[in-house]
Amino acid sequence: MRHAVRAVIGGLLAALCVLLLPGAAVAAGETVQGRLQNAGEALEGVTITVATVDGQSVGEAVTDAEGAFVIPVPEAGDYVVTLDEETLPERVAIREGRSASITLPVAVDQQRSVLFPLGEGTRNVQSDLDRLPQLAVEGLNFGLIIALAAVGLSLIYGTTGLVNFAHGELITLGALLAYLFNVTMGIQLVPAALLAVVASALLGGVQDRVLWRPLRKKGTGLIAMLVVTIGLALFLRGLFLYQFGGSTAPYDDYQGQTGYDLGPVTIAPKDLISMGICIVMLLAVAYALLRTRIGKATRAVSDNPALAASSGIDVERVISTVWVAGAGLAGLAGILLALAQQVSFQLGFQILLLVFAGVTLGGLGTAFGALVGSLVVGIFTQVSTIFVPTELKNAGALAILILILLVRPQGILGRAERVG
Amino acid sequence: MDWSLILTNALTAMVGLDTVIFALAAIGLNVHFGYTGLLNFGQAAFLAVAGYGLAISVAEFELPTLVGVAVGLLGAVVLALLLGAPTLRLRADYLAIVTIAAAEIVRLLFRSVSLSEYTGGSDGLGRFAEGFYSINPLGPGEYGLGPLEFDERQTWVLSVGWTLIGLSCLLVFLLMRSPWGRVLKAIREDEDAVRSLGKNVFSYKLQSLVLGGVLGCLAGFMTAWGRAVVQPDNFSTDTTFYAYTIVILGGAARVFGPVVGAAIFWALLSLTDNILTQAKSAGYISDSILTTFQIGQVRIMLVGLGLMALMIFRPQGLFGDRRELALDAR
Repeated sequence: MRHAVRAVIGGLLAALCVLLLPGAAVAAGETVQGRLQNAGEALEGVTITVATVDGQSVGEAVTDAEGAFVIPVPEAGDYVVTLDEETLPERVAIREGRSASITLPVAVDQQRSVLFPLGEGTRNVQSDLDRLPQLAVEGLNFGLIIALAAVGLSLIYGTTGLVNFAHGELITLGALLAYLFNVTMGIQLVPAALLAVVASALLGGVQDRVLWRPLRKKGTGLIAMLVVTIGLALFLRGLFLYQFGGSTAPYDDYQGQTGYDLGPVTIAPKDLISMGICIVMLLAVAYALLRTRIGKATRAVSDNPALAASSGIDVERVISTVWVAGAGLAGLAGILLALAQQVSFQLGFQILLLVFAGVTLGGLGTAFGALVGSLVVGIFTQVSTIFVPTELKNAGALAILILILLVRPQGILGRAERVG
Repeated sequence: MDWSLILTNALTAMVGLDTVIFALAAIGLNVHFGYTGLLNFGQAAFLAVAGYGLAISVAEFELPTLVGVAVGLLGAVVLALLLGAPTLRLRADYLAIVTIAAAEIVRLLFRSVSLSEYTGGSDGLGRFAEGFYSINPLGPGEYGLGPLEFDERQTWVLSVGWTLIGLSCLLVFLLMRSPWGRVLKAIREDEDAVRSLGKNVFSYKLQSLVLGGVLGCLAGFMTAWGRAVVQPDNFSTDTTFYAYTIVILGGAARVFGPVVGAAIFWALLSLTDNILTQAKSAGYISDSILTTFQIGQVRIMLVGLGLMALMIFRPQGLFGDRRELALDAR
């Protein structure tokens, strides 16, 4: 444990150092974007147009010095992206037999990447290390948000053995509650977010009280409860879609900030603050686990519930606390994620598998492992876009999860006997 | 409210394409989950690999349909081995996380722009089903049974589908009363006891994963032929979750459980859909409570609630035997 703690604190210090460097704004709303490159060389000044499938023009952009372009589109739907071949440099062309027009669907809140098949073998040669710092900081930001959600998931698993597939809906719930307070009721985002976190935490406690505690009392098996969480996730996702609709929407405050230009990276103020909040919260959790009575009791219950109970710890009270705290943290993660992206009914569902990857990577049931694993997942997801197409970055993170389980099934900080 | 239409639609759904697809997927899942106790949350991946194996072979490489089927079957076997070799030694909850992750990887790969040359990206692939429909012995026309009516293409798809369901059930029935099947059930009950009897548990689990995967891949073929197009989002995690609901509804570790479960599942969904739609158009439900767009969501919520209620109050489903459930064992 000491060892793990030192590793975590070291990691957090490292994170703080990187924080003093820079980061990037995550674009909000649906966009079509990409980078034009041939043999590692960026193509500047190429015109890209986007039109609806009916041929109605939606936007146009010229690639910048890095060959990048971003074209916002009004809503989710199918779009035709066309590269103007006239504007390509002479030595570069669309590959033979391929079209300069690509029809693709843009999902709700998706930053849809487009790859044009240029020249020969251009796809795998994107080794521009210049993007590394920017991506690393974006990844750190993302990883910290995942970590907030993952700590709760891991604590719940540790104390009750429940693999909670409905944890993604706790994340969404936080974001939706903040939307309710902020946009529908008109409260400024900071107090609205505070209210939403408190409400998420309370609802987490209620969920435990009305659903999971009776099931535990009844002696329902863990696998059966796992299936119940899947049913609950389906139900809640349907409910969110029913209430909120399928579209995405931003909060009223802190939209469209210009980023600070800090050396090799740009970062929006809200992302900096988001990272700060994550780090403070995670440090608070670490302190609570290591130094407070209830935190020590939590670790004792994670270790051996029967022994903890027999040494006078009120196991049910610990589990209630863990649910309240876990749900609150998940809600906060949802709010921060929605601030970076936008609010949608499947915000949490979309990152649930990454949260699981973080938790499993670190070692199921170890809170500090969840933290380290999540940071690894977040940074890996973003940095991997140097090597793999953006739309496959999540697949990459999940593949790493499987590979690590092959080599070290108990995860980075887990103990070997945890895996049967 | 046109009750005869509502009932006819529900009956049609009971034998329709969705029932066929999910019955086959659930039969495979029943081998994993019901008989062996494997928590495979990646069943959708088997459907995807089979459907795409068929579609890519036929549409992109212009191979005959039978070769496409062979590619799909091979794909499912390879996927089962790839998935099983690293994960079957892990504990049940780890297996669940890894299989669900693997299924998402498969879906994301088929979705990706970089491979869209072969897979058609998120639009998917078409133009591969003609080989299947060209061997249809039925002439053009309407075929029906009582109030149910299908055209010759639907009739052909459904006949093939129900034949496959029949054969799969027969296979599962025969295998599970064989000594081999008894070992699977014993693994579900107590892995260590089986190991102490000198059985290679890992090998049996892997065989079970392959068998269930191949059965699931029949569902992939039926998806491809029935819809005449394969799209990555047909194979999302929700597909697997629906299949689980069906297995548990019908009763895990029962030969006909998945089939009955699928028929009831889709009949119930059709009933709620149709009743709500009709009640809306008759003006019984105002827009402030439920818009037409929201009917689909009510359906998802019902599936979720149904799955929870089943698991809590009747985990053996309609026809299962409570003693034959691995759920509470570990």
